[in-house]
Order: sequence, then structure tokens, then C-alpha cells
Amino acid sequence: MRLEKCWFCSSTIYPGRGIQFVRNDAKIFRFCRSKCHKNFKMKRNPRKVKWTKAYRRLHGKDMTQDSTFEFERKRNRPERYDRNLAENTLKAIKKIDKISSDRQKHHISTRLNTGKVKKRKEARNELNQSIHMIKAPSALKEDSSLTLPKIKVKVSQTLAEENQPMEE
Amino acid sequence: MVQYNFKKITVVPNGKDFIDIILSRTQRQTPTVVHKGYAISRLRQFYMRKVKYTQQNFHEKLSTIIDEFPRLDDIHPFYGDLLHVLYNKDHYKLALGQINTARNLIGKIAKDYVKLLKYGDSLYRCKSLKVAALGRMCTVIKRISPSLAYLEQIRQHMARLPSIDPNTRTILICGYPNVGKSSFMNKITRADVDVQPYAFTTKSLFVGHTDYKYLRYQVIDTPGILDRPFEDRNIIEMCSITALAHLRAAVLFFLDISGSCGYSIAQQAALFHSIKSLFMNKPLIIVCNKTDLQPLDGLSEEDTKLVTEMKAEALKTVMGQGGEPTNEEGVLLTMSTLTEDGVIAVKNAACERLLDQRVELKMKSKKINDCLNRFHVAIPKPRDQKERPPCIPQAVLEAKAKQAAEKEKKKTEKDLENENGGAGVYSASLRKNYILANDEWKEDIMPEILDGHNVYDFVDPDILLRLEELEQEEGLRQAEEGDEDFEMDGIDLTPEEQKALAEIRKKKSLLIQQHRIKKSTAESRPIIPRKFDKDREFTTERMGRQLSQLGLDPSLAVDRARSKSRGRKRERSLDRRDSDGEAMDMDIDQPSKKLRLRSRSQSRSKSRPPSEVVPGEGFKDSKQKVKAIKLGKKSVRKRNKDARRGEADRVIPTLKPKHLFSGKRSIGKTQRR
Repeated sequence: MRLEKCWFCSSTIYPGRGIQFVRNDAKIFRFCRSKCHKNFKMKRNPRKVKWTKAYRRLHGKDMTQDSTFEFERKRNRPERYDRNLAENTLKAIKKIDKISSDRQKHHISTRLNTGKVKKRKEARNELNQSIHMIKAPSALKEDSSLTLPKIKVKVSQTLAEENQPMEE
Repeated sequence: MVQYNFKKITVVPNGKDFIDIILSRTQRQTPTVVHKGYAISRLRQFYMRKVKYTQQNFHEKLSTIIDEFPRLDDIHPFYGDLLHVLYNKDHYKLALGQINTARNLIGKIAKDYVKLLKYGDSLYRCKSLKVAALGRMCTVIKRISPSLAYLEQIRQHMARLPSIDPNTRTILICGYPNVGKSSFMNKITRADVDVQPYAFTTKSLFVGHTDYKYLRYQVIDTPGILDRPFEDRNIIEMCSITALAHLRAAVLFFLDISGSCGYSIAQQAALFHSIKSLFMNKPLIIVCNKTDLQPLDGLSEEDTKLVTEMKAEALKTVMGQGGEPTNEEGVLLTMSTLTEDGVIAVKNAACERLLDQRVELKMKSKKINDCLNRFHVAIPKPRDQKERPPCIPQAVLEAKAKQAAEKEKKKTEKDLENENGGAGVYSASLRKNYILANDEWKEDIMPEILDGHNVYDFVDPDILLRLEELEQEEGLRQAEEGDEDFEMDGIDLTPEEQKALAEIRKKKSLLIQQHRIKKSTAESRPIIPRKFDKDREFTTERMGRQLSQLGLDPSLAVDRARSKSRGRKRERSLDRRDSDGEAMDMDIDQPSKKLRLRSRSQSRSKSRPPSEVVPGEGFKDSKQKVKAIKLGKKSVRKRNKDARRGEADRVIPTLKPKHLFSGKRSIGKTQRR
């Protein structure tokens, strides 16, 4: 039993899922779900369809080269069973997986960083430029921070006067 | 071969039929229409053609008869004699001769009449000449009709003659009637000859075939022969005599030693001696049949003597061929067709004798010398008397012995299966012969999938090393990452600033919305100026709120606005005027009537709820008023929905809106619109 990769979107195909298409030249195409299968039948190029892994890798959205990918490689030579080796492999898989996913996340975040920086700049500029829409210039003069102005509430004098005789 | 296949002779029609056939053919195949107005040459031609045509047909048909019937001199003497025996040779020849003369006569008739026709001068004359010619030809045929009938009879009989090949290996069976010749025939061949207790059951020759040493032999069964002088013999007997005379065959002379055929051995012996001249150069075997009734040894002395004489005669034939005199057994044989005792022996003996004779003859002839030098069987001559068996090395013999022993001792998986409950119950442990570093691991189950990865893809002897390197790398990378993150943080907005930004954006979007509405409705809807503020949007409270939101102190502005604005109270007490608002006096001093009325009605409609009963309106209670209002609204609703301004509005903005009068439906019919 093997987990295969979908030819179109490159997601893993678990057993019992999807469709396998064998072409006349004996090339096998595996699909994880009918969405990918139908796209394939429409002769769409996965490298041009935005949500596929192929597109993302090609356009630099996802990480393409990393040392963690070299651990997972289809080896065709059968190895003699060794319990220790099996144990080590299982433990290693978990660690490698974690490291790999961390790296991929980092890759994406670095990519998105520039956008964030830009946005922040823009926001600052907008704030600077349009602060007058929410804060009157006189208020701005008094309190030069770029925040919402503090609303002044006028307390009536009669109340203040009433209080005084009470004190006496 | 024409010689013995008389089945292909065409049918000979009888006289009347013959005439009918020819005349009808003439009528069909020649032109039929002629008028007396035609040119005389044409008339002559017409009738000459008919005469000639008839003559030709007669000629053809009679020639075929003459050609197809065999000439007795040209065929094999056996058949010639046979046909002579059956149908008198002379009679036969005469019949054919008559046919021939008829043919010639017809030819002459035709010639004469054609000559006469050449000088026919009228239609009638030509016609009568033609009639005469045809009539004479037909008379000729009528005269020979008995011959035709006779020939037809012969033809039918000839077709049924057995197809005997005179040149191949033949065995002839002869003897007195009822001795068992046909029974013997039935036993050795597939011929189904009639076997009955009365004499002369077999009335003609019958042919069967049998095999011996991969060769085919013809066996001819003859009718029985009686001991009579030659001239007195009837046709049936003559058949057998003919066969005996002409066919080069092995002769089996059947002897009934029990006498149940009705004739004694003496009579049979007499017959034998009378026809022994026919046995010249033929291998002769005397067969004593019906031994189940009377064994050969139990014969009386005279009979034995007679039999011995016959045997001696038979031997002579053997001697005549140059055979060894010691071969006495093949001459006199006993058998019984009833018990099938000795039948095969007789057949074999006869075939053998015949074969030997034929081979000898062939050897003597000149032709054999041509092929003889082509036969040569080579046999290697042994060098010496030493024996040379096959050689197997000792090691191989030992190994073979060992293998055999092992096969018996070894316990197979199949045996194991059978012990533990058979095929469905026991499942063989495929792991027990695994070669592993540690035998405890034989029953280990290794997982194939873990967390969406194939475990086999990760299996690697140095995975631990590589993992360590990877972890080191990762540690370095994480440190770098931490430094980077630090730099980014400074530029972010504080939460208050974010709130402010959100407010700004909200305001902006509101402005955009309003602008969009204004843009879209500017041309189709008039904008009510602010002074006719129906919804009471633009109030001083609102202005105050907005100003305070901006961070300004609204009190001054509110006061000013209030002092400048005009309400009912303001109208009545003019001394409440603000000191600052001098410039505004002009506006306030001339209130228009409209505004006054407007403000009055607005204030009134605001203060009175709709269900309140006003005395002047005519409602008895609030419920009734509410119902009346409802009814009023309901009656108006439909008109409003049709965008009609009132009861009298019957305007149809578009008489034929395009979307109702055109377009195809994606499914269904467009019969009504």
C-alpha cells in the first residue's frame, strides 16, 4: 500500500480515493478527486491553475528546494528488515516533517513580509494625510498624536453651585 | 475409366419422345413467322433452315448414342464377355447398326429436300416440301423405335453393373450354389449380399473390398455354378464363368463338406474337375466351409479321397507358379462362416498367395529393372563381437539415488497444511524462512504509512546521521529567523492609531457611497434642498455630535445655530434674538407663507398618532379609523405597484416591450406570449 500524489494538484491520495487513469502509452495518471480528474479531461495545464501545487512551486509561492525533501525519495531496492532501523525511521519521519513544515511556513511568511511592510507604510501615510477627517486641526494642535480626539463633556455651572452650599 | 464405368451413358429416348423432342426444338429455335408476301428467296431460306436444323439435331442425338455405347471389341474382354452373356452381342450390334443407318438416311432425306426447296416457287410449295421432309425423317425414327427401347434397357442394366477393375488385385469366390460364398463375402467385406437358404440367391456378380497389408483387394462374389455341360449353362452361371475366365484373380473354390447345400461332395468334386481348366495360372485355394456341421476329419473315405484329389490339383497350380511344394497348408483350408472360425485365415492365405504371384510376375517383367536399382537398405556391419552399452558416470548415479531418498524423507509445506486442518483452515507462515539479523524480528509488522508519508520512502541506513545534520541546520536557521523578526516590529501602528485609521476608512467609504448615490440619481431624481428637511436629519444635536467627534467644542456653534434657526417658538417671541446674529436678521424677518404652513403641518402630523380619532373626520372610533386607513392604503397599493399616478392614469409606457415579444426559449414552446 502506498500513498500516491495526485497528478493535478499534487495532494496525497489515500487508499480508496480518487481515480487512476492509464493512457495507451502506459502512463498512469492518478487523481485525488473528481475536480482534478475533470480538470485533466479539460486538458488544463496544472502549471496554470492557481490552486495547484505545481503552479505554486513554479511561481515561487511555495518552497521548491530544501534538504528535507531529499529524505523522502522512492527507493526501489528492497532492504532487509531491521527493527532498529524501522524504529529510527519512524522517529525521524516525525522530526523531519516538523522541520519541513516549519521551513515552508517561514518561506511563505518571508514572501508575504514585503506586502506587510508596504501595507503598514500605506496605512501610516493614510493616517497622516487624512487625520483631518476625524480630528479637527485645532484638536490636532492641542494633541498632536494621530488618534481619535477625546470628546469633551460640558458640565453645567448650576450643579457646581449647588454642590458648594452642601459642603458648607 | 470408360472400361468399367457405364453409368455415364445418356438416356436413350423412345421413338415417340425422340420425335417430339426434335420437332419442338425445331419449332422453338428457328424463326416461326413467315408471310407469303416475302421475297421468294427469303421463303426458301426460311424452310431450308428448318429442314437442315431438324436433320442436324437428329444427327447429333443419334451420334451421341452410338458413341457412348461401348464397343464390345474395344473394352476389356471381361466386360465384353459379360455384356455378351447378359445382352446378346449380335443383338446389341444390330441395334447400334440400325441407329447408324437411321442417321445416314435422315442425312440423305435432308439433302434431297433441301435441293428441292431451292426451286420452290411459292410459300405453299416450300411449306409442303418442308412438311414432307420432316415427316420422312420422323418415319425413319419410328421404324427404329424398338431398337431404341432395347438400347435403353441395356443402358439401365449396364449402369447397375458392379464397378470391377479387371487389373487390380482380385479374389474370386466360386463353387456350388448355397455353399456359403456370400456369407464369406459378408464376413470379410462391407458388402451386404443377400444370404438366403434357397439356391441362386446371388444372381449376379457382387464386389466388395477388403484390406490386407495396407493394400486393397477386390472380392468378387459369383452366383453358384452347377455341373452341366458348357452349352446348357444359363446366363447367371455364365456370369461367373466369364469372371473366372477373364479376371486374373486368386480363386477360392468353396466346398460344402457337410452337404447341407443339397449337393454331395462327389458332385462338387465333379464340378471342380470340369472347370479346373479355368484355374490356369491362378492361385487356387480350396476352402472347406461349414465345418461346424461336419469337421473335415469326420469325412468318409471316399469323400476324403475326393478332397485329396482336389488338393492335388490345387497343388499343381502352386507348382505351376514355381512355389515350394512344402507350402501345402495354403491350399486346403477349413472354416465356418457361422462360427467365424478360420475365416480370417482363409482371407489372409488368399491375399498372400495372390500378392506373391503378382510380385513374382512383376519381378519377371522388364519394367521392374528400372526401379530395382533405386532400392537399397543399408545395414552397418558389426566390427567385432564386443558389447557396447551406454555409459553413466558413477557420481550421477549416486546423486540420483540420493535425490530419490530425499524426496521421500522431506516434509513439504503441503504435508504441513494437511496436518493443520487443510487448505481453508491453515494459512502458511511465509515469514518463517526469513533471513534476518535477529530471529525475534520475524513476526514484526512494519507500518507502511505515517502522517501522510510512505515509510518506505524514508528508510535509509544513515538516517540518524542525516537527521542530526538537519537538526543542526535547523537550529542555525531558527536563530537567524529570530534576528529578522526583531527588525520588523517597529513600524507597526498602535491600537489607538489603528482605531483612528479604521474611522478614517469608514468615513471615506461613507463619502464614496453617498457620492455614488448622488451620481446615479442626479439626473433622474431631483435633490431636495436642505431647508426642506423632511426627515429632520439636519438638527443641531447632530451638528453638535459631529463637531464633538472631531474634537471641537460644539457648544458655541450649537448656540449660534439655535439662535439663527426658526422654529414656532422663535416666531412668536422675537426678543429672544441673539446679539451676534445681526447679519442673519434679513433672513429671519421675511418668513414665507409656505414655510410657515409647512412647519405647522409637519408639527401637527408629528404630534398626532394616525389612529387618533379627530372629531371632524367622521369616524366613530379608532378601530374604524385604522381600518379605513388600511382600506385606503390597500386600494392604492395595486396602482402604486403598476407605477400609476392615480385612478385615471392609463399610460402604457411601452406598448410592446421587447423582452415579452421576442426571444427563444431555452426549453419548451413559444406558442403564447
